[in-house]
Amino acid sequence: MSNSKGFLKSSIGRKFVMGLTGLFLVSFLVVHVSINSLLFLCDGGETFNAAADFMAHNPVIRFLEIGLFIGLIAHIVQALVLTLANKKARPQGYAQVNGAANSTWYSRSMGLLGTLLLLFLVMHLYHFWWPTKVAVFTHNEHNTFEEIKAVFTDGTMGVISVVLYVVGCLSLSYHLLHGFQSGFQTLGLNHKKYTPVIKKIGIIFSIIVPLVFALMPIGFMAGFIH
Amino acid sequence: MAGSSGKNINVTIKVWRQKNKNQKGQFETHEMKGVSTDMSFLEMFDVLNERLITEGKDPVAFDHDCREGICGMCSMYINGRPHGPKQGVTTCQLHMRSFKDGDIIVVEPWRSAAFPVIKDLAVDRSSFDRIMAAGGFVSVNTGNAKDANNILIPKDDADEAFNAAACIGCGACVAACKNASAMLFVSAKVSQLALLPQGQVEREERVLNMVKQMDAEGFGNCTNTGACEAECPKGISLENIARMNREYIHASTIANRK
Repeated sequence: MSNSKGFLKSSIGRKFVMGLTGLFLVSFLVVHVSINSLLFLCDGGETFNAAADFMAHNPVIRFLEIGLFIGLIAHIVQALVLTLANKKARPQGYAQVNGAANSTWYSRSMGLLGTLLLLFLVMHLYHFWWPTKVAVFTHNEHNTFEEIKAVFTDGTMGVISVVLYVVGCLSLSYHLLHGFQSGFQTLGLNHKKYTPVIKKIGIIFSIIVPLVFALMPIGFMAGFIH
Repeated sequence: MAGSSGKNINVTIKVWRQKNKNQKGQFETHEMKGVSTDMSFLEMFDVLNERLITEGKDPVAFDHDCREGICGMCSMYINGRPHGPKQGVTTCQLHMRSFKDGDIIVVEPWRSAAFPVIKDLAVDRSSFDRIMAAGGFVSVNTGNAKDANNILIPKDDADEAFNAAACIGCGACVAACKNASAMLFVSAKVSQLALLPQGQVEREERVLNMVKQMDAEGFGNCTNTGACEAECPKGISLENIARMNREYIHASTIANRK
């Protein structure tokens, strides 16, 4: 008989890790979007900078950040392993596939959307996470608000950045549109009463959160965040 | 048969031909003239095969048995969908009235590493049998049959178990899934017993062994696209996959055994 040791190597075990880390990353988005929304106060970044400073120096947050990276890496690694196994499961594809007849395009494109998100994330970390880290470790004063503003108001580069961030937010939206409810399903959390509610919350979350995020670079460029 | 619509159509069939699992296959085109719209899709293939035999050619191999939608043998992937364009039917219950005059119809076998092609459109689905043998049963002691009302089962549970048991094991879920995952099939077979009192004794062992066999057969992993549920001729629900996940997670982590 099989035992619990094989769990993490089994198909359902790997999916379990995908779902759990995915929902964990969703919880991070809630924190991220909440704090960033302080930008809309338009107080020259005073409140936002105070919050950003707290997040950058609080030891509990720093500890959780490690967990966040572990979760992200686990999500990516499992996605790769599962995708490779899935490719192997159908070595010869169909000549004609009518996928639209039975599923949404974004549910079938989670790998592509995830890859776009990863590329976005590399750029995003380079823009904001890395300078903050450097400032914290060199004990330099820095103004996060001004740094963000500079990225999106820097002439042509600024416009390119805004476009890339909006594309990133769009990828996030579609990734969540499938991923949010899919995570619950994978964890076995399917219920006649609650699943329809989870699906509704998932749709609202997948639209609102990326939209609020996208309004930030647009706001800096258009000048309604100041 | 009463109520014949009496129409005839011309269609072009592009059918997959493959000698055996080791040889490379290719499409073969056949013009079908004057096909009665009252014919089932398989009957149209019977006509094609009779013609091929008369011409001294090799007929197209395809699986079929009951031809009334309950055995799960017919398995054609038609115009990009398992069992063709209609929902909730097997290929034998698909009729030519679902097609238009002049249509080009592409017919392929189920494509999955775990379903190797035997010949043409016939695939070997014995991987499903091995998954069933790994745990899709209940062990029953011999002796007198018990009174039917000795074991009371809530109506809701009985209905759910019956819905799961409607699975005919045709493999359309695997064929439809972009990952060639068999999780809808396995979850239906796990569910039909997990929901009933008779299935409780082997409940944990069952899900562990069946999932282990499913993985060993080389099926892909579910990404919850829902394509299987949409294409299943028996309307097996995705809820079963969530139940199997729950059963498996419970059996591997919380269950009190080594």
